Amino acid sequence: MAQSYRAACHPYGGKDRDAARKNQARSVSAAPPPLLALREITKTFPGVVANDRVTLDVRPGEIHALLGENGAGKTTLMNIIYGILQPDAGEIVVRGQPTRIRSPADAIAAGIGMVPQHFLLVRRHTVAENIALALPTVPFLFPGRRAEDRIREVGAHYGLAVNPRAAVWQLSVSEQQRVEILKALLRGAQILILDEPTSVLTPQEVIFLSNVLRQMKADGHAVIFITHKLDEVFAVADRVSVLRKGRIIGTVDIASADKRTLARMMVGRDIEFGHLARPPASGSDALEVADLWVPGDRGTAAVRGVSFAVRAGEIFGIAGVAGNGQRELIEAVTGLRKPHRGRVTVLGRNITGKTAQAVYAAGVAHVPEERIRMGIAGTMTVAENLILRRYRYPPFARGPLLDSHATLQFARRLILEYNIATPSPTTLAKSLSGGNIQRLILARELSAQPAVIVAAHPTSGLDVSATDQIHRLLLQRRDAGTGVLLVSEDLEEVMRLSDRVAVMFGGQLVGIVPAGTDRETIGLMMAGQTG
Amino acid sequence: MKLRLERGEPSGWWILLVSAAAILAAFVVAGGVFWAYGLNPIHAYAVVAHDAFSTPGALPEIFRPTIPLLLIGVGLVLAFRAQFYNIGAEGQLLAGAVAATWVALFTPIRGSWAIPAMFAAGFAAGALWGLVPSLLKLRLNVNEVISTLMMNYIALYGVSWLVTGPWKGPSVRGFAYTDLFPDPAWLPLIPGTRVHWPTLVLGIAFAVACAFLLSRSRLGFEIRVQGENPDAARYAGISSLKTTVLVMVLSGGAAALAGVGEVAGVQHKLLDPNQVSLGYGYTGIIVAWLARGKPLATLLTAGLFGLIYSAGSAMQVSLQMPFRVTYVFDGLILFFLIGSERLMSYRIRLIPTSAVEKADPASLSGGL
Repeated sequence: MAQSYRAACHPYGGKDRDAARKNQARSVSAAPPPLLALREITKTFPGVVANDRVTLDVRPGEIHALLGENGAGKTTLMNIIYGILQPDAGEIVVRGQPTRIRSPADAIAAGIGMVPQHFLLVRRHTVAENIALALPTVPFLFPGRRAEDRIREVGAHYGLAVNPRAAVWQLSVSEQQRVEILKALLRGAQILILDEPTSVLTPQEVIFLSNVLRQMKADGHAVIFITHKLDEVFAVADRVSVLRKGRIIGTVDIASADKRTLARMMVGRDIEFGHLARPPASGSDALEVADLWVPGDRGTAAVRGVSFAVRAGEIFGIAGVAGNGQRELIEAVTGLRKPHRGRVTVLGRNITGKTAQAVYAAGVAHVPEERIRMGIAGTMTVAENLILRRYRYPPFARGPLLDSHATLQFARRLILEYNIATPSPTTLAKSLSGGNIQRLILARELSAQPAVIVAAHPTSGLDVSATDQIHRLLLQRRDAGTGVLLVSEDLEEVMRLSDRVAVMFGGQLVGIVPAGTDRETIGLMMAGQTG
Repeated sequence: MKLRLERGEPSGWWILLVSAAAILAAFVVAGGVFWAYGLNPIHAYAVVAHDAFSTPGALPEIFRPTIPLLLIGVGLVLAFRAQFYNIGAEGQLLAGAVAATWVALFTPIRGSWAIPAMFAAGFAAGALWGLVPSLLKLRLNVNEVISTLMMNYIALYGVSWLVTGPWKGPSVRGFAYTDLFPDPAWLPLIPGTRVHWPTLVLGIAFAVACAFLLSRSRLGFEIRVQGENPDAARYAGISSLKTTVLVMVLSGGAAALAGVGEVAGVQHKLLDPNQVSLGYGYTGIIVAWLARGKPLATLLTAGLFGLIYSAGSAMQVSLQMPFRVTYVFDGLILFFLIGSERLMSYRIRLIPTSAVEKADPASLSGGL
């Protein structure tokens, strides 16, 4: 048992490590054969092509960045390499051998490791126990003890210092990430996939991580680094492949790349839909946000001093990659999260830190980001969901009682008006399709004649006709003088609808630009470049 | 032809059918208990059925355990609808029993006011007992399953201490009882039976009121949204503090009314906690579970378990088996009901074989 345990850790035993380094030194000059090659990988989901004939080489001793917007197909591709998904077509070649990877176990056997964005650790177990769990053979008793020495040794070599006896729940996010990296390395991974590794890290921790990656590179590992941040690509990568709408747009050496080119490759240049925005409205401010600071889930500020104003009769779009503070900003504006500092004003009335109910009463409608998790109570009826925000007020409430007749009448009217496809007003909301759930939410929110609409990712995951209807509804409201705050990851959507566009990055607005600004500029801003 | 399982919304009759099958399966397995006692299970069930139904005066006996189960069951249905897992009805029942005893023996309230005062004091005590875990959950995020369960033991040992210590009756010669309640504190019975009807009326009224509350009132709407989707409740501006506290006041209070009924209608004194409640607080969980969130359905499910309790008494008398065998029944029924949960969200469909072959490749490629 001890024998096989050591064998599992073999690639990083003392002698082999030196040998690997020498090998590496020899092979750098003559372009080495790729450790991992993807040939024409195609993967379709109902209605979308997630990966379209993707071809990619990853060489030993290389950090290969994979750059792309949300939904470009990065995660699908990595899931295919790691055996979580099966490609519809194409092949994976590992060290020159065409390999079928049917499961993560096959991937691990082929020397592929993955550090997921959301860690898969047993929180109550120690670091050593978590790592022992991942190894193919572990002693029956005290599994953690045997792993401790290896963790210390490998940890010291790569600068991945972590106490093997600490329980995972006591570790910081950055330390947990180290455990995931150690886990992959001790399993014998030579090809390591890091999925958005910096999204959870502070800038200091990012520097720390890039040192670890350099050491791995020096040892001849190949690293696939998934990101949407240009600065990081230039800081750590040797080559970068850009993925857009499931296709590889190109692979370039970092030495010969520049930021503007990469940004253009990432977001594209072609505007595929007509531009529906119009010159900035001259109306008064419907919603004003001044120097807003909002805490994130972990207590640190997720929104850092954001100021903007949405005028009556305009759509103000916020573009940006998810996780840059948009969710916290929306929650603070709609009363779901208390800001640390700053001011939110609706039609001149201060609503800072008010409850969701008070904010709604002040005239702010909210189309929430996760429509099923927050927007509806799925096991209640369509009619009940339509009055979810107004059940307190007449005609739905009569004293402490609810008027079911008025509710049904109201529901029938909205179902017609907003084309909600439902067998009846008493159907359970969860049995509707995604598009109809979103129509239900919009019907509820817009029927209150709000002064401000806060719409978060209003069409994500919806089909063309639902998307189109929702866009038309928002534009109609804008023309009728409502101020719309539109937050979306879909740059296409933001550019198509918004009269002005702000770009959010790292909790701040990088800039506010008029409609019609070229995508390249906005793409650069989304990747954290101010100018 | 081929059988296929499909996920889908379970229909009413399907739920009823699966539940009935689960209860039947529990009875079959419980037959093993009779067999272990050296009895033919079929014979044993026949004897029990005869004793529990056909003996003169047996039918009203079913109502005696039904009364506390109904009050507790409805209260728990309410709590479960708000996603508050109250396992503490047993303790809330005892809290009510203690408060009623205090009113009966240690206050000067007599006459026609005695009974209403006992119910009011009992309700308040049970509400308080239910309030503690709800506040612990809301303020400190303490898991309510643990805290309500632990509160049961506090109540249990509290009652034991009272009846062996400060409240031990001077006139009962060393038994661990309080003195008997004075006459005005005895609940009236339906003539010719031992059914304390005011508690039964309270139970039925409570079931009807809760059904109305949930389906017709603003508060019920809030409780349902809170229970179905707490995030949607937050979004709709519903206060989880208000709904949870209210639900636990009602749930704890109802269980306490059951406790008042037991001391004022059955025992007429406070005694060992295991005799005040024959596990009603725990059986009430199954009653509520079976009722699937519908207060009016507890009228049926509480009756079913009332029947099992009275069958337990019959077994004790006719078959010389311990009363606690009924707990084995309870346990088995709960076990099979929870086991059948998954089955309820599936439908069985017969489909022609040719359709299976045609459908399968399509569904495979769609799934990948």
